[in-house]
Amino acid sequence: MEILVYGTINSVSLALMGLGFAMVYGISRVPNFAHGALYVICGFVTWTLFHKIGLPYVIAIILSLGVNGALGMLMYRFVLIRVRGMNISEIIASYAIGLAILEGLRFGGFRGMTYTLPVFMEGSIMIGPVPVDFHRLIMMVIGILLVAVLWVFTHHTRIGLALQGMAQDERAALMLGIDSDLMAMLAMGFGAVLAGVAATLILPLGNIVVESGYHVLIMSIAVCIVGGLGSWMGAFFAAFIIGYAQILTVVFIGSHFQMVVAILAIILTLILKPSGLFGQQKELEERV
Amino acid sequence: MSTQESRKERIDRGIKVRSDGLYALMSWRELCYLTLPRFILITGMLSLPFLVPDMYWQRVISIVCIYAILALSFDFMAHYVGLVSLGGAFFIGTGGYIAGILNTYFSIPPFLTVPLAAIIGGGFCTLLLLPCLPLKGVYFAIVTLMYPLFMARIIEAFDIFGGTDGIIGIDSFSSSFAEQYFVICILLIFLFGLRRFVTTDRGLIFTAIMDNDQAVKASGINITKYKALAVYIASSMGCLAGACLTHIYMWSGISQFALDFSILPIAATVIGGSGTLVGPILGCLILVPASELLRDFGTLRIAFYASILVGFILFKSGGIMEFGQRKYEQFERWTKI
Repeated sequence: MEILVYGTINSVSLALMGLGFAMVYGISRVPNFAHGALYVICGFVTWTLFHKIGLPYVIAIILSLGVNGALGMLMYRFVLIRVRGMNISEIIASYAIGLAILEGLRFGGFRGMTYTLPVFMEGSIMIGPVPVDFHRLIMMVIGILLVAVLWVFTHHTRIGLALQGMAQDERAALMLGIDSDLMAMLAMGFGAVLAGVAATLILPLGNIVVESGYHVLIMSIAVCIVGGLGSWMGAFFAAFIIGYAQILTVVFIGSHFQMVVAILAIILTLILKPSGLFGQQKELEERV
Repeated sequence: MSTQESRKERIDRGIKVRSDGLYALMSWRELCYLTLPRFILITGMLSLPFLVPDMYWQRVISIVCIYAILALSFDFMAHYVGLVSLGGAFFIGTGGYIAGILNTYFSIPPFLTVPLAAIIGGGFCTLLLLPCLPLKGVYFAIVTLMYPLFMARIIEAFDIFGGTDGIIGIDSFSSSFAEQYFVICILLIFLFGLRRFVTTDRGLIFTAIMDNDQAVKASGINITKYKALAVYIASSMGCLAGACLTHIYMWSGISQFALDFSILPIAATVIGGSGTLVGPILGCLILVPASELLRDFGTLRIAFYASILVGFILFKSGGIMEFGQRKYEQFERWTKI
C-alpha cells in the first residue's frame, strides 16, 4: 500500500518535471538542457517575491510563472533561434545557459538550507494505513489536471493545434501559414511555465537548492527518453514506470540506488529502443 | 543612395598559393611560411615551464595540457568521426581510477600506470560504449552524458574503491619538470599524430562515416568496427589524461566524473575552432588560466565560461583558429561593386 501511494506521488512529480522538456522537444525539436535551471529559478523568484517583497503567495506564484515563461521565450528568441536545427550546438548552447543560470544563482548566495516555500495546505490524511499530507495530494490532483488541460489545449484550441501541426511536420505547417519560429518560441515559453509549475508544486516539500536543477534535468531527460522523445503521453507513462521502479528500489535495495535506476533506464532505453516506448520517430532515422 | 557601394573581398596571399605547391621545397621563405605556425606552437609549449615563474602556475600548465588532451579527443570524435560525446568525464574518471588502483593496490610506478591506464581504460570505455555506437546525434550525446554520472553513482552506491573519499596516497611524478614535460610531450605527440592519422585511409573512412554512414556501409565496410576503433583512440587519450591527473593530484575520486571535465573541453573546442585539432589546445590555453584567475569568484567562473561559450556559438562559431588562419593565409580589401 505504501509502495502504491508513494509510487504514484513520485510518478506524478516525475511527470511534472518531464512534461516541459517533452513539450519543447516535441514541438521545436530543441532539447532544452536549461530545463533544470528554469525549474530552480522559478523557485527562487517565488521565494524572493513572497519573502522579500511580501506579496501574497498566490500572486507570487503567478508572477514567477510569468517571469519563467518570459525567460524561456527570451532564451529562444535571442539564443536558440540562431542554432536551431544544429543538434549539438542546441545542446551545448542550452546547457551552457542552464549552467550559467545555476552557477550564477549559487554565486549570488542562493545556497544552504534557508530557502523554503510554504506548503499549500497543512495537515495530512490517512489513505488506508499510509499517512499522506495534503500538499502531496494537491500536487497529484493538479498534476493529473494539468495533463488533461494540456490534452484539451493541444486538441481543441487554435494555438494548440498549430503547435501539434508543427510537431508533426514543420514544413507542411509552414505552408499552411503557421509561423514556425513564433510557435517554437511559444512552445519554449510553455515549457518554461511547465517547469515553473513543477517547481511550485514540488519545491515546498523540501529546500530550494541549486543542485536540484541538475537532478531535475536528469530526471526529465530520463522520463522523456524512456517515453520516447517528443511524445507527451509517452513521457507521462514513462514517469509512472520510472517512478514505481524508483520507489521499489528504495524499499527493497537502498536509497543510494534511486538515481542509478533513472540513469540506467536512459542508457538501456537508448541502447535497446532509442525511439522509446511511444516514440514518434522512425527507428531508421536514429539508428544506422 | 545605396549604403553598399563596395564590398570586402578576400584573396589568398601569394606566398600561401606558392607554398601549396612544389615551391615550398625550393625556397626558404615559403618553407618558413609553412613551418612558422607549427614552430611557434611547439617551442611555445616546450618553453612554457620556463616562462612561468611559480609553482602554482606550473601546476596550471599541467592542467591545461590535460584538458587539452581531452579537448583534442572530443574534437577528433566530433568532427572527424561524427560521434559527439559529451562524456569526457567518463574517460578521465576511468583512467584516473585505473591508474589509482594499479598504483596503490599493485604498487606499479607512475610511468607504467599511465600507459597501462590508457590501454586498459580505452578498452573498458569502448566496451561500455559499444552498444551505443549505432546511435546518432542527440541520442549518442545524451547517452554519453549519462555514463559519467552513472559511474559516479555506482561507485558511491556500492562503496567500492574508497567510496566517496576516493583513493588516496597515490605516487606523484618524480619532479614537477618531469610532470610538465611528460604531459606537454604527450599532448604534442597526440596532436601531430592525429593530424597525420586523419589523412590516412582509415581517417578517410572516419570522415566518410561522418558524412554518410549508409554509403560507407554500402561499400562493404564494417562501420561498427571503425567507430569502435575511433572510440578506442579517443577514450584511451582521455584515460591517459585522467591517469596523469590522478598522479598530479595524488588522488582519484568521484569528482573526476564531474561535469567540469565534460563541459570545459567542449567549450575550449568551440572557442578554439572546431574541427581544426589545434583549436582545442588554443582554447584550453585561454580558458583554463582564465578560470584559474577567476577562482576567487567561486562558482561564478563556471557561469563565466558558460556565457563565453554561448557567445562563441552564436557569433563566432568558427572559433579563434578559423579567424587566425584566414588572417594568415588571406588578405582583405574593399572593392567597388
